[in-house]
Amino acid sequence: MTFSPKELLSRLRSFFQKNELDVELDKEMAAHLEMAVEENVRRGMSKEEARRQALVRFGGIQQAREQHRESRGLPGLDVVTQDLRFTFRTLRRDRGFTIVAVLILAIGIGANVAVFSVVDTILLRPLPFPEAQQLVRIVEKNPKAGESSMTYSADATQDFQQQNRSFQSVSGYFAFTGPDNFKLMGKGQPIPVTGLLVAEGFFQTLGVTPAAGRLFRHEEFVEHAQPVALLSYPFWKRQFGGDASIVGRTINLSNTSVTVIGVLPQTFDFGAVFSPGARVDMFTQFIMDDFREDGNDLALVGRLKPGVTLPEAQMEADQLFPTFYFEHKHPNYGKGYTGQLTGLKEYVSGKLRRSLIVLWCAVGLILLIVCVNLSNLLLVRAAARGKEFAMRSALGATRARIVRQLLTESLILAAAGGACGLGLAYAGLLYLSHQGSIALPLLSMVRIDGAALAWTLLIAAAAAVLFGLAPGIRISSGNLQTALKESGQGVGEGRRHDRMRATLVVTEIALACVLLVGAGLLLRSFLRVLDVDLGFQPSHAAAISVDYNDGGNAAKRVAIWQNVIQRVSMIPGVETAGISDNLPMSRNRSWGISAKGQAQPKNSQFIPIFVYIVSHGYLKSMGMRLIEGRDISWEDMYDNRNVVILNETIARRLWPGEDPIGRIAIAGGQETQVIGVIADVRESSAEDSAGAQMYLPATKNFGPEGANLVVRSTLPPTALAKSIMTTLRQINPEQPRTEFKPIQDLVDHATSPRRFFVLLVGSFAGLGLLLASLGIYGVVSYSVTRQTREIGIRMALGATESRVQLDVIWETLRLALIGVAVGIAGSLAVARLIASLLFRTAPTDPITFVAMVVLLGGVALLAGYLPARRASRIDPMIALRAN
Amino acid sequence: MGESKLDLLQGTLDVMVLQTLQVMGSLHGYGLARRIEQVSGDEVLLNQGTIYASLVRLQQREWITAKWGTSDHNRKAKFYSITKSGQKQLAHDTAYWQRLAGVMGRVLATQAEGDKE
Repeated sequence: MTFSPKELLSRLRSFFQKNELDVELDKEMAAHLEMAVEENVRRGMSKEEARRQALVRFGGIQQAREQHRESRGLPGLDVVTQDLRFTFRTLRRDRGFTIVAVLILAIGIGANVAVFSVVDTILLRPLPFPEAQQLVRIVEKNPKAGESSMTYSADATQDFQQQNRSFQSVSGYFAFTGPDNFKLMGKGQPIPVTGLLVAEGFFQTLGVTPAAGRLFRHEEFVEHAQPVALLSYPFWKRQFGGDASIVGRTINLSNTSVTVIGVLPQTFDFGAVFSPGARVDMFTQFIMDDFREDGNDLALVGRLKPGVTLPEAQMEADQLFPTFYFEHKHPNYGKGYTGQLTGLKEYVSGKLRRSLIVLWCAVGLILLIVCVNLSNLLLVRAAARGKEFAMRSALGATRARIVRQLLTESLILAAAGGACGLGLAYAGLLYLSHQGSIALPLLSMVRIDGAALAWTLLIAAAAAVLFGLAPGIRISSGNLQTALKESGQGVGEGRRHDRMRATLVVTEIALACVLLVGAGLLLRSFLRVLDVDLGFQPSHAAAISVDYNDGGNAAKRVAIWQNVIQRVSMIPGVETAGISDNLPMSRNRSWGISAKGQAQPKNSQFIPIFVYIVSHGYLKSMGMRLIEGRDISWEDMYDNRNVVILNETIARRLWPGEDPIGRIAIAGGQETQVIGVIADVRESSAEDSAGAQMYLPATKNFGPEGANLVVRSTLPPTALAKSIMTTLRQINPEQPRTEFKPIQDLVDHATSPRRFFVLLVGSFAGLGLLLASLGIYGVVSYSVTRQTREIGIRMALGATESRVQLDVIWETLRLALIGVAVGIAGSLAVARLIASLLFRTAPTDPITFVAMVVLLGGVALLAGYLPARRASRIDPMIALRAN
Repeated sequence: MGESKLDLLQGTLDVMVLQTLQVMGSLHGYGLARRIEQVSGDEVLLNQGTIYASLVRLQQREWITAKWGTSDHNRKAKFYSITKSGQKQLAHDTAYWQRLAGVMGRVLATQAEGDKE
């Protein structure tokens, strides 16, 4: 039926004024009948006859009323509201069922929406920059030594900026910024601040426009330019209360006057894109001329010209980069970079694709299990309501009408579940997006948006159809006669129906089995990661960033460091203390090393090696193991001795089969004597094997980049923090209130993505297990109820309690065994798919498989035992009398 | 009710109501029903109740209006009268029915001729 808009409007109006219109029609019809009676009486009929005739001529009053409604209102909508009203009534009556169903659905849909939002943010949605697909990250091909091999020197960067034809602009940022590298002075105690140096055009390349003030200008990047700063939005809010007048004011940053020129927008989160989990408070200029002789400093980002493809730009880069010198001033240092161009989006989230897809599948399985479970619940209900449906059919309801009624029910349930699920997802995501400790990119930008809402709608509707289908099919294919004849707990109820429910439960167990095995494998991998010998002992150690002013004098620096370490060591509870510029699993940098006298040390033959500038006592404080030789001494530092401690990997590589102690290596451009060898330290993550590492004393030859004081103590860091800060303040009143962080935090941060996935997949598996056991319980319990009379008869005939119990448990076990068998087959296939996510765990790991099967079997037994116990307690007399 | 009464074709009742109101002016439901029965010479099978569905339909299309009033016998009743657009619609429908009747007549006549050949 199609109506003109005007007619539709008046029909809609009628729909909502139903009662008034009905009353008015009734009055009108009453008047009609009375006029008819009057006329008939006037014609000479008796009163009764007149009335009878009038009614005959009128036709059915109820029919007239229905016709009237049909031609004035929206008959389709009428039926829908009837269905809805009826559904609400039945659902309210079955409150327990409704709550369970909505809860299960809410969890299933909520988990799906939350994971979808994460996947959408990290994988699907473009980065939060205009024309983000043009953005490209440029790194060296085959980076081997941390950040230093993924960055470029000032000269190489400028050469590429000038010579390329593919990019609108190329810029970068200083890749070696540690947290809290500045202190904001002024009111009261100095405040630790993380400031990042960015090259000219960095924000313009990304397409970021400031929320207040302006971006950097060209003249601010020439040598000796006045230092200026852009504030990040959260820092501006936190530190300056969102005061716009800060723009143009001068702040004291580590005893330098810096003018604030602007505030970046709230949508710009540097850490989320470039350095997950990192907080950056402000940005200052990276002036090329200040860093010409500083080696590789810049992490590069470029924006392609419109119409230029990545392969075209790559071809150009392959020609250009090998021709770039490390430094123009020292051509003898050599030349020859490589440049691997990767779309920024792919660079940021490409590595996570597989994990996220696994997560997505896991959560999809959960939804499937939820649907199967609800299907089962609805089947039970449908069975119990068989007579009701038969009665309605007999009264004239068409089969389509009844199926529609059932579908309305499942839609209502799904809608309620979807709404609650959305709430759950919202809460979960709010929590997630504030977990700065999880090193996943873009996580802080996760939120429920239009796409997530659409997804909710889609899966809720799909779920409703999925779980509403089974009972619908059953009803529509059912036989009216038998249904009417059957009593509620009929003995003769069809086996076919039972088989359908059993199949559903088997499906559920199989799906749960797949989830459990997958989660088990990931969990085992995670445990293996935690078991890795890191080469240092994170427990009982903590670090704090120390501020000091040596005036550029190396000897003074050694004296300050020694003073700090001695004073801190005197604090009760402190075992040892030491200083290093960089800590493992955080910021890193690398130089080159070669063995003296072996090959001609051309620059390109230097082996990249991680550099740590340390004090006496650092190795011990970190719990690193000296295999041979000795630690760096204070004398080494005071006397500017060129000594070095290597890790096993590089020592063995430089002098295979020989004793490295006393040998001379060319490290950092200087001849240094090897004084010790330590066990390999996992410098970037627990999962990657260790690279080459060296530890140099902080002398005038090897300058540190900042100082992290590492303290090993029997006391927890929180108990020590205060006395350590007091001591540091006594030595240097300008010491900012930096955090005393457990070393374990560094390790946790490095393993956090794996922890995140294991936690999620694990909880989904737990959920799957719970739902599957509910499913088993429901089916077995229902069949016990249905067979009450049968069991009663058997017990009256002499069956023992244990015999009855065993029968019920056997039924459970049969379902569980079939489910597990199917599940294991599925698990083997799935395990192969996630093999690349596993760490030191075989996809067929027997322990995991056995453990999960035992777990699933145990839970199934428990779910079957409860109804079994109930069955064995049946009193034959009562059971037989019941019907 | 005799067996030979005519079933009403879809839409014919609406035209009858419009035409009756056009000729008679304002009328209540009972009066309309009686009038149609009389004019049709009791040849039409009309449950009087069905007229109300027609009336509400015409009202929604704004071809007629309704107002509560008092009948000749001092009884409260709803009186219907035709509107401007109702008259236009009636003219349109009348032309249509006349053309259709003409065509039907001719078609049935040609068949009769064909039978003769």
